[in-house]
Amino acid sequence: MKAAKGHVFKYGDNVDTDVIIPARYLNSSDPAELATHCMEDIDKEFINKVKKGDIIVATKNFGCGSSREHAPIAIKAAGVSCVIAETFARIFYRNAINIGLPIVECPEAAVAIEAGDEVEVDFDSGVITDVTKGTTYQGQAFPEFMQKIIAAEGLVNYINQK
Amino acid sequence: MGMTMTQKILAAHAGLDKVEAGQLIEADLDLVLGNDITSPVAIHEMEKMKVDGVFDKDKIALVPDHFVPNKDIKSAEHCKCVREFAKRNEITNYFEVGQMGIEHALLPEQGLTVAGDVIIGADSHTCTYGALGAFSTGVGSTDMAAGMATGKAWFKVPSAIKFNLTGKPSEWVSGKDVILHIIGMIGVDGALYKSMEFTGDGIANLSMDDRFTIANMAIEAGGKNGIFPVDDLAVAYMKEHGTRAYKIYEADADAVYDEEYTIDLGTLRPTVAFPHLPENTKTIDEIKGDIKIDQVVIGSCTNGRLDDLRIAAKVLKDRHVAPGMRCIVIPATQAIYLQAMEEGLLKTFIEAGAIVSTPTCGPCLGGYMGILAEGERCVSTTNRNFVGRMGHVDSEIYLASPAVAAASAVTGKISCPCQLA
Repeated sequence: MKAAKGHVFKYGDNVDTDVIIPARYLNSSDPAELATHCMEDIDKEFINKVKKGDIIVATKNFGCGSSREHAPIAIKAAGVSCVIAETFARIFYRNAINIGLPIVECPEAAVAIEAGDEVEVDFDSGVITDVTKGTTYQGQAFPEFMQKIIAAEGLVNYINQK
Repeated sequence: MGMTMTQKILAAHAGLDKVEAGQLIEADLDLVLGNDITSPVAIHEMEKMKVDGVFDKDKIALVPDHFVPNKDIKSAEHCKCVREFAKRNEITNYFEVGQMGIEHALLPEQGLTVAGDVIIGADSHTCTYGALGAFSTGVGSTDMAAGMATGKAWFKVPSAIKFNLTGKPSEWVSGKDVILHIIGMIGVDGALYKSMEFTGDGIANLSMDDRFTIANMAIEAGGKNGIFPVDDLAVAYMKEHGTRAYKIYEADADAVYDEEYTIDLGTLRPTVAFPHLPENTKTIDEIKGDIKIDQVVIGSCTNGRLDDLRIAAKVLKDRHVAPGMRCIVIPATQAIYLQAMEEGLLKTFIEAGAIVSTPTCGPCLGGYMGILAEGERCVSTTNRNFVGRMGHVDSEIYLASPAVAAASAVTGKISCPCQLA
């Protein structure tokens, strides 16, 4: 798998799917339209500032709350290449893998990396490099089963290949 | 090493004699659920799959309930997409306006969820059916699509936390207070990736509606599922509501749990979760000063059942909502609505100055039917009090039981029925 590289948007604990994509916009399922409201209720500037390849770093329980797949869809469509967190809420975790949004659990990196840092993530090795700080972290590798889904770029392709 | 109740159900559905925590399995599904928000995305994904249709037209439930009756043109298009998919695939359990209700109240009522089932739903509160002794968990739309196409889903077998419930809740304490107490104790990620298995002789003192409320909010502690043992009350409920065969699983005596808690229900007090997380709980006695509110919502998949409406009506009977207060009551299904009408509960609500709505998730997720303006506060029997959940980012939601919500509507501030004159 290819690597991600970009600048970091940093958030705290329990970023819920209601702030990632508020339900008032769920009358649409168009990724591009959802992306225009991504993170709106927690960071109004996010969508104006985010550039293709940028990375979201947050601490505990990222993506908690609703099962809306619109949340990882909005993040991916906004151009984000990877989300790093101490832990992810389990439905968000599944959804991200299923739609092909790379996510990495790494408590050390999630705490140490700061907003604006340039960060690189090697998905094969799970190694996260904070280029700005000159530090590296070992993220948790995916189980083989999930790697297959990710390699197929999502569950739909994985099922089609089976 | 024995298996938990959840692990036994998963093993049976994966064709295995034994599973252990952390193991990846593929399980057969008894029911796949979706609503008007998640199903259109799933239908779109399923169309990309090389399949001829759904795996079993009787094992899929499509329940438009979030923005239904259609709140705007885009919502109407989503519902139309679901309706046409249901027709095209001859889905048995599609529930149109007039038959629909809030999914997690509706499906048990229709006898579609029974003990021993493995159920996935593209809605996070799918964990509700654990009240009947089923393994049920929320997933996203792509998992729903794969489930509809193949009848299978992959799971990482969860470890579990055991909650030993003892004693009897005192007056004005209900299932909502139990689960808010637990979330306050372990936090919104306290059960992350894990099962919450409830056990103990205190369960006999909880009604089915209490148990649905408790299992419903397992997700608010990060849980994969919440599950109750199947007792006579659960069996009676299943027999009353359907004909599907159920299967009772019990945790092994030597099952291993990550943590164990004992909770004496008799010691619990009416509990309120303050903004902006369900873990920010205070008992009614710990709340200092007046917290003035603008709106009360009584309803949702958490607390829109008959027990909930009965207790709210008991509080509101011969009383009136405070001047300037909006009190919105939403029976969760048509059957509950009708029964509430026959019992005179709706009359009580209307005479008290509340409004009664057709079943919808509406305000719970800030869809419609009770959106909050900047700076407004709501006491709600719903399940999430996240930033902006019910409207403006600077509005506030206080999660509480129907009893506390109804009492708060009367006083205009967060109150317990025990504090009413």
